[in-house]
Amino acid sequence: MTDITTEKARIGAPSAQPFINGFTEEGESLSPINAAGSKAPLAGEAVKSHSHGGGVGIPDSSRAGRLTSYKLADFKPLTGMEEDWRFTPLKRLRGLHSAVLNGTAPAVSVTAPDAVTVETVGRDDKRIGSAAIPEDRVSANAWENFGEATVITVPAEFESDGEINVVLTGQGTDASAQHLVIVAQKFSKSVVVLDHQGSAVVSENVEIVVEDGAELSVISLQEWNDDAVHASSQQAKIGRGAKFKHIVVSLGGDLVRVTPSARFTAPGGEVEMLGLYFADAGQHLEQRLFVDHAVANCKSNVLYKGALQGRNAHAVWVGDVLIRKEAEGTDSYEANRNLLLTDGARADSVPNLEIETGLIKGAGHASATGRLDDEHLFYLMARGIPEDVARRLVVRGFLHEIIQHIKVPAIEERLIASVERELAATNN
Amino acid sequence: MSTLEIKDLHVSIETEQGTKEILKGVSLTIKTGQTHAIMGPNGSGKSTLASTIAGHPRYNVTSGSITLDGEDVLAMSVDERARAGVFLAMQYPVEVPGVSMTNFLRTAKTAIDGEAPKLRTWTKDVKAAMQQLRIDADFAQRNVNEGFSGGEKKRVEILQLELFKPKFAILDETDSGLDVDALKVVSEGVNRAHAEGKMGTLLITHYTRILRYIKPDFVHVFVDGQVVEEGGPELADRLEEEGYDRYATGAGAATIAAAAQA
Repeated sequence: MTDITTEKARIGAPSAQPFINGFTEEGESLSPINAAGSKAPLAGEAVKSHSHGGGVGIPDSSRAGRLTSYKLADFKPLTGMEEDWRFTPLKRLRGLHSAVLNGTAPAVSVTAPDAVTVETVGRDDKRIGSAAIPEDRVSANAWENFGEATVITVPAEFESDGEINVVLTGQGTDASAQHLVIVAQKFSKSVVVLDHQGSAVVSENVEIVVEDGAELSVISLQEWNDDAVHASSQQAKIGRGAKFKHIVVSLGGDLVRVTPSARFTAPGGEVEMLGLYFADAGQHLEQRLFVDHAVANCKSNVLYKGALQGRNAHAVWVGDVLIRKEAEGTDSYEANRNLLLTDGARADSVPNLEIETGLIKGAGHASATGRLDDEHLFYLMARGIPEDVARRLVVRGFLHEIIQHIKVPAIEERLIASVERELAATNN
Repeated sequence: MSTLEIKDLHVSIETEQGTKEILKGVSLTIKTGQTHAIMGPNGSGKSTLASTIAGHPRYNVTSGSITLDGEDVLAMSVDERARAGVFLAMQYPVEVPGVSMTNFLRTAKTAIDGEAPKLRTWTKDVKAAMQQLRIDADFAQRNVNEGFSGGEKKRVEILQLELFKPKFAILDETDSGLDVDALKVVSEGVNRAHAEGKMGTLLITHYTRILRYIKPDFVHVFVDGQVVEEGGPELADRLEEEGYDRYATGAGAATIAAAAQA
C-alpha cells in the first residue's frame, strides 16, 4: 500500500495476491492453458482448421467457447435445441442449414467513387477468411458453397464523399450462398450500404476489415419481399484506433437473422452497433450480435430498437459482450428496447455480458420490452391529437433515434417512409 | 361566449382496496372571460376534477354531467375534448421521448384547428411566445418535456395554452414547484391569454400565492370531494390567513353555515 492513488484506481480489480489459490476477487481464475497466446478465433490454429473457441477449459456457456470453423462438417446438424438456434424456426429456414446452397445468389451491383476498388474474385482469393470465420452451421454452409465473392476496397487515406452503395437483388427462392469482403484500409473514411431487396433464400457472409485508424460505417438494410429468408453473418475485425459503426435495419422478409460481430484486435478501437427492426404479423426478425473486447482500451456501444405488431410477429435480440482478461480499460454498453404495438407479438431479448477483468472503465447492459405508455398517449391526445396519430408520433420517435444515426439523407428519408408504411398498416 | 357546465359530478377510481369515490357531487359553471379558483387541501379532489374534465381514463364518472355549450363533454374522447376547446395544463407534464417540441406543437395545432398553421406566421408565433415565457430557443429542437426542469415543464404548458387558444383552460396546480420569478412569468402568460377575452379559466391551486398574479372572479373551496364554500376574491384572502383547518372533513354544511355567520 505504498501508492494509495493507484490502489484507489484499481478498486474492484483483482488484487495481486489471491486470497485463495486459483481465485481472484473476481472469482475463479480461468485455466492457465488459456492464458497463453491469443484466444481470438481467427488466430493460430483456427486459420488452418477449426477451433472450439478458447480451447480447453472454457465452458460452452461462455461466448468465447463457441465452435468456429470454415468446414460445414464441423458443425452438427441443427435440432433447434442449440443455444444460438433456440429462437429460430428451423422449418422456415428453407434449407439454409441443411441443403446444398447452389441457387443463384442475389445479384450484386455496386455504385462507388472511382478510387474505391470493386472486384469479383474466386474462392482462393487471399482476402477471403481475413476477417471472419463461421460461428454457426448456416454461415459455414454458405462458406462451403459460395462461388465467387465481391471484394470492396477503400484505399488508404481515401475519404469518400458519397456512400458506397451495394444493392443485392434476390434472384428467386432457391437456397443460395453469398460472400462479401469489405476492406477499409488505413486512415480511410467511408460508408458502405448493403441494400438487400427482392426475393431470396440466402446465407450470406460479410467480412469487414477496418484497418488501423480507419473510419467505416456499414449499414445493412433488409427490405426484402415478404417471402425472403436471409441469414447474414457480418464479422468485423477492428484495427488500432479504428472506428466502426454498424447499423442493421430489418423491415422486410419472412425470416431474417443477422449476426454481426466486432472483434477488437488492437487498442484504441471504437465500435457502435445499432439496429432497428419492425416485425409484422408472422415475421421473424432475429439479431444476435457479439462484441469481443480482446484487447485493452477499446470502446463499444450497442443500441437496438424494435417495434412489433400483429399475430406471431417475433423479434429476437441477443447481445453478447465479452470483456476478456486482456481487455483492461474497456468501456462498453449495450441496450435493447422493444415496443409491442399489438397483442400476439413476441420479443425475446437477452443481453449477455461476460467480464473477465475488473480493470475496466465501464460495462453495462439493459433491456426493456413494453407497450406504448398510456400517459404519453394521454398527454398527446389531451392536446387534440387523435389516438392513431399520437401512436404514430410515439413509435416514430422511438425508432427515429436509430434512423438519425445513419447520416445518409437519402436512406434516412427512405427508412422514415418505410416506417410510416409499417405504421399505416397497424390496426389500431 | 361559451359556457362550461359541471353538474352534480360524481367520480370514482379503482384502487387495490376497491372502488373509491373522490368527487361527491360537484357543480360549477364557468363562462368565457371568468376566472374561477378552486382551492383546497391535498387529497380534496381538485386534481381529479381537472383530469376528469380532460378525460383521463383512470377516472370513472358515476353520475352527473359536464357540458360545453350544451355539448356532452363526457361522451367525447380525450382528443375530441381538446379539439372542442378544453385545455388542461398538467400538474406533472410527462416526457414523450423521440417527439420534438416543434413537431408536437405543429401536430397539435393542426389537430385543434383542423388545418395546418401557415408555416411562416406559426414559426414566428412560436418564437415570440417562447420569448415571452423566457423559454430557450433550443427547446424547440428538444423532445417533449424530456430533461426539462419542473419550472420549464410548467412554462411549456403555458406556451401551449397561448398557442392553442382554448375556450377553457384548466390549470392544475401550475404554480406548484415554481419560484417567484417563474411564477410571475407563468402568470403573465395566463393573463395574456385571458386578456384576449375568449377564454374562461379554472385555476386549481393549493396556495394563494398565484392569486396575487392571477385575479380570480370566484373562489371555490374544495374539501373531501365537494365544494364547501364559495365566494369572491376576498375568500382567497381569508384562506391565506386562516388556512383550511376550519373546514373539518365531513362537517359539511354545518361548517359552511358557521363560516358564513362568522
